[in-house]
Amino acid sequence: MISVQHVSKTFRSGASVTAALQDVSLEVAEGEIFGVIGQSGAGKSTLIRAVNLLERPDSGTVTVAGDELTAMSPAELLRARRKIGMVFQHFNLLAGRTVRGNVELGLEIIGVDGDERRRRALEILDLVGLADKAGSYPAELSGGQKQRVGIARALAGKPKVLLSDEATSALDPETTRSILDLFKRINADLGLTVLLITHEMEVIKRICDSAALIENGRIVEQGRIVSLISTAGSRLAHELFPLGDAPHSAGDTVIDITFSGGSADRPVIAQLARTYGLDVSILGAAIETIGGNQAGRTRLQLPGSPSANLRPIEDLRSQGMLVEIVGE
Amino acid sequence: MIDPSAPDFWSGLFQVLLVGTGQTLYMVGVALLITIIVGLPLGIVLVGTEPGGLFEKLFGSRRLGQVVNKVLEFVVNLGRSVPFIILMVALIPFTRLVVGTFIGPTAAIVPLAVVAIPFFARMVEIAIKEVDTGLIEAAESLGATRWQIVSKVLVPEALSPMILGLSTTVTSIINFSAMVGTVAGGGLGDVAVRYGYQRYSTIHMVAVIIVIFVIVMVLQGLATMLAKRFAHKSRPERAEPTSAALRASATAGSV
Ligand SMILES: Nc1ncnc2c1ncn2[C@@H]1O[C@H](COP(=O)(O)OP(=O)(O)OP(=O)(O)O)[C@@H](O)[C@H]1O
Ligand SMILES: [Mg+2]
Repeated sequence: MISVQHVSKTFRSGASVTAALQDVSLEVAEGEIFGVIGQSGAGKSTLIRAVNLLERPDSGTVTVAGDELTAMSPAELLRARRKIGMVFQHFNLLAGRTVRGNVELGLEIIGVDGDERRRRALEILDLVGLADKAGSYPAELSGGQKQRVGIARALAGKPKVLLSDEATSALDPETTRSILDLFKRINADLGLTVLLITHEMEVIKRICDSAALIENGRIVEQGRIVSLISTAGSRLAHELFPLGDAPHSAGDTVIDITFSGGSADRPVIAQLARTYGLDVSILGAAIETIGGNQAGRTRLQLPGSPSANLRPIEDLRSQGMLVEIVGE
Repeated sequence: MIDPSAPDFWSGLFQVLLVGTGQTLYMVGVALLITIIVGLPLGIVLVGTEPGGLFEKLFGSRRLGQVVNKVLEFVVNLGRSVPFIILMVALIPFTRLVVGTFIGPTAAIVPLAVVAIPFFARMVEIAIKEVDTGLIEAAESLGATRWQIVSKVLVPEALSPMILGLSTTVTSIINFSAMVGTVAGGGLGDVAVRYGYQRYSTIHMVAVIIVIFVIVMVLQGLATMLAKRFAHKSRPERAEPTSAALRASATAGSV
């Protein structure tokens, strides 16, 4: 649905040169929620703004819903943008328009006439749970309500894709969850493809099907979360299930086991104890439900050096679990 | 010397004031109309053609955008820095060309509009610069054309500070209209000079001052009310920078 190919963007202001995006490629499948995570200044905003060409890349191509935006004339681009809704961190609502007026903005732009505009705006406001606020001004709303208006505005033109630039970063945790749930609902009910960027793992965990990690303008990892979890050395997986740096006594073996899908509910520890007579201690664990599947990581300490524990580790691996030896 | 105890003094004063006020309102009103019609787009183009602005590439040419910006910048600065009295005299040939004469209220409209346009254009520029660029991006993301961004986002969102700017502009037009009156124009300034000064009628002078004061107060009250009506601000402190900036530039702008 969204295909970003070899996109680069460099900002030059005076003597300073910032390579905000360096050869970035991204594939977002139809109907999924794709999250891009990275630290401040990593290039997240630049990337998402490149998707609807608010920021024109220096090189590379961007294709959304079959339209190659980077090859379009300015007039064609305006029309193509109507298939792409965007939600902003600071809402960006017009202060002089009511909630309904804000939602109607996009419809006015595409030339929908008055009655139809009103009807559709009210319908969408109902969808985001703000039907009773249609006549209020943004100044009279809470942050969460403002973001719902922002989402309603983005949805009014019936886009195929929704882009979200840190839509929940200005909101408190509870409001964040309700907005994320709204994204999820829109995604499920309207079949909308969502590309969101965030600096919070929580967001990825809660609603994303796929994720990418961006660092210094480069995508260092991307994929479906279910498969990232079972990828050795995946930093996203580690971030999703942080186990920290548990101290362990020298001479013992510390292993991180990642479970996903079927292996999640297997009695691993009991099995190790029974089969190998091992005295296993649990140093840490993180279990989450992602996309309806239980997934998680557990850090275990086994007595004896890694070379002494080769057999049990092999055994676990052969059962489809991802086992990483910490400190190796 | 006019005798205030003469039987027709008060009706005469009333007559003179009525005519003077009518002429002033006519001069100021038409000059204001022209100022809005020319100054608003001028202000918009002034902001738009700045680097990174909406019209940075005017008709597809970045060079043209730069040139237009530089030229307008120069014209506006020139218009705002030349003292009105000099501008007025310098404009006499132009006024004659446009109106056919340089005497009378209609002729006075020309220098009034000429001095007010750059002044108001600056106000528009300041007001529009205050509009959050995020709003422009939001409109762009919805597929808005540049014209739609101007008409649906920039102008409506800057309406409140623009109305305040307009009120400052109209005050200075009234101010200058009195000056034009003393030279050749008619209106309340003319009344003040001919009756109050040349014929020593303090009552005429005071009456003119009162009428002008009332006009200015009414207009400013109206503007403040309208500005409030269009502001929809959540936090009052956010309105501060705008009005402070406008006040600062208004002080700098008046002669
Ligand atoms: N218009 C611009 N001009 C110059 N440099 C820019 C511009 N926009 C972004 N940058 C630079 O590009 C880099 C990436 O910026 P970007 O806004 O994409 O980061 P981000 O990941 O969204 O950060 P944050 O989480 O803080 O929003 C930063 O170093 C930033 O300073
Ligand atoms: Mg950002």
